[in-house]
Amino acid sequence: MKIVALLKRVPDTEARILINQEGSGIKDEGIKYVINTYDEYAVEEGLRLKEKTGGDSKVTVVCMGPEEATELIRTALAMGADDAVHICDKLLERPDPFTTASVLAKAITLEGFDVIFCGKQAIDDDMAQVHSIMAEMLDIPQVSVVTGFEIAPDQKTATARRRIEGGDEKVETSIPAVISCEKGLNEPRYASLPGIMKAKKKEIRKKTLADLGFGAVPGEARSAILRWVPLPKSAGCTMVQAEEMRDAVKQVVRLLREEAKVL
Amino acid sequence: MIQQTAREFARKELAPVAIEANEKGVFPDEIFKQLGALGFMGMMLPEEYGGVHLGSFCLALALEEVSAVCASTGVTMSVHNSLTNMTILKYGSETLRKRYLPRLASGEILGAYAITESEAGSDVAAMRLSASRKGSDYILNGTKIFISTGDRAGAIIVFGRTDPKDRTRGISAFVVEPSFDGFSIGKTEKKMGLKASTTVELVFEDCRVPAENLLGQEGAGMKIALAGLDGGRIGIAAQSVGIAQAALEEALRYSRERKQFNSRVIDFQSTRWKIADMATAIEASRLLMYRAARGRDAGEAVSKEASMAKLFASRTANQVVFDALQMHGGVGYTEDFLIERLFRDARVTELYEGTSEIQRLVISRAVIEEFERTIPD
Repeated sequence: MKIVALLKRVPDTEARILINQEGSGIKDEGIKYVINTYDEYAVEEGLRLKEKTGGDSKVTVVCMGPEEATELIRTALAMGADDAVHICDKLLERPDPFTTASVLAKAITLEGFDVIFCGKQAIDDDMAQVHSIMAEMLDIPQVSVVTGFEIAPDQKTATARRRIEGGDEKVETSIPAVISCEKGLNEPRYASLPGIMKAKKKEIRKKTLADLGFGAVPGEARSAILRWVPLPKSAGCTMVQAEEMRDAVKQVVRLLREEAKVL
Repeated sequence: MIQQTAREFARKELAPVAIEANEKGVFPDEIFKQLGALGFMGMMLPEEYGGVHLGSFCLALALEEVSAVCASTGVTMSVHNSLTNMTILKYGSETLRKRYLPRLASGEILGAYAITESEAGSDVAAMRLSASRKGSDYILNGTKIFISTGDRAGAIIVFGRTDPKDRTRGISAFVVEPSFDGFSIGKTEKKMGLKASTTVELVFEDCRVPAENLLGQEGAGMKIALAGLDGGRIGIAAQSVGIAQAALEEALRYSRERKQFNSRVIDFQSTRWKIADMATAIEASRLLMYRAARGRDAGEAVSKEASMAKLFASRTANQVVFDALQMHGGVGYTEDFLIERLFRDARVTELYEGTSEIQRLVISRAVIEEFERTIPD
């Protein structure tokens, strides 16, 4: 099976995010970048599928990101992925989800695929759009926010579990498909020391937009972020106290009218 | 990336286990299986024996991360990797290597290293445990004390006297398995710290060790013991840096939260000066440790540097835990705060793998020798 795992480089969840002076993005200094948490589940699920199907099954990591993403791709290779495609192009510094999906869909098509695992969303901008747009472009089914995955013995279909209120939903899909991964799907393995040593020799194929056959940034200007603004500091909280509910409501209405001036 | 794996494993897997293990004084057997599966129990062994073939430097990085979370696990891992594994690799016959190394590398069995006796601490050559050849066996009689992991190990390097007359060349080294006849575990020490590691007495009563378990030549024991020292000392330097770093972080965390006189403790000048001194000493220790480890990996003679790293880092660890506890105030003296454990764990770093006094002896000797070589006859 040709298994693809998508990977995005994102700021560590514990990093302190500040917006830069120009409002064009976040301050980069001192920020540690990591593999998007949900993509770790994707890599792990890819590895498990490979171990299960055996034979000539192979896990290819596909990442669109800056030069510095190489280090994180190596981590995925150290976990056990076989090789990687790294799409790295100056023109792709601030892509919107449509652009990202277009580029990834093209790269994955060139590689060939049976199952595509990816995170349900990236923990930086939380757009959660790329996998759906990409599945549409590839014209294959998608099952999103998956907490369980099982391939059929004939490898032509798979069942996936999704958490819904009060229970689980079982979804059957044909293969190929895009599976977006949710916490709880698996427990990602650590990169072992032998794995780290082996990863040094694994191939990372660097691609530019031109290498993928694009003359310009695909789908540009469908949406763009104009400016990043910090959250206004909240004014704090006023507690309203009264014996009777009726009096409390009166006070709240007065505050809303006179202080907050929203009524 | 190696450091990253060590850090993540230590903080996510080891940390919760370490709290209970240190509180109750239980040995975390399962952790070493997990460390083995990730490659941490055979870091410096070649691939053919199931190792990863990394150097002292990588081992030191891993030991620092593990020790920052659990110093007990750090010392068990250090003895296993730099003493047991490397001694069998360097001095064991191919039969011995094949028999023990793959199982040591996978974490299936643990290693221990037994030199110390009641009358032979810093003065190694004073050891008395006798090892006399009888047919195809050596018969060991005597007692070793303070042996880390001694009751958990599947392979113990034991030093004994094959010649009672020659003080230094009369010592030989053997690989002993706990299943050998005449081997038993004596007293288990109740230590001030490192409560998640074990330190025991090993008793040999007509213990039969097959002659093929001899390491190197008969009489090569002293040479073997000395060869292991540098690696062991770099390991303890790394452990010390780990403890110190953890103590600094605990102190920073606490003093940011704690308010007195309407001010955070971290904002008092007396606190800030401590922070600066602690961080500087830790960084200096770390660099000394890196220097010794890199030198050793490059094949240089680093006895002096290893001793310097061990001396300085262990001193630093003790100073840093002292100041870090001071920054906590009274609560630091209670078991509710991690600094209490770090304070106790740090103390031994100035005692084992050569006391600070022995390190000074090694360093001063080397410095004087170097100087005298520059003086024309």
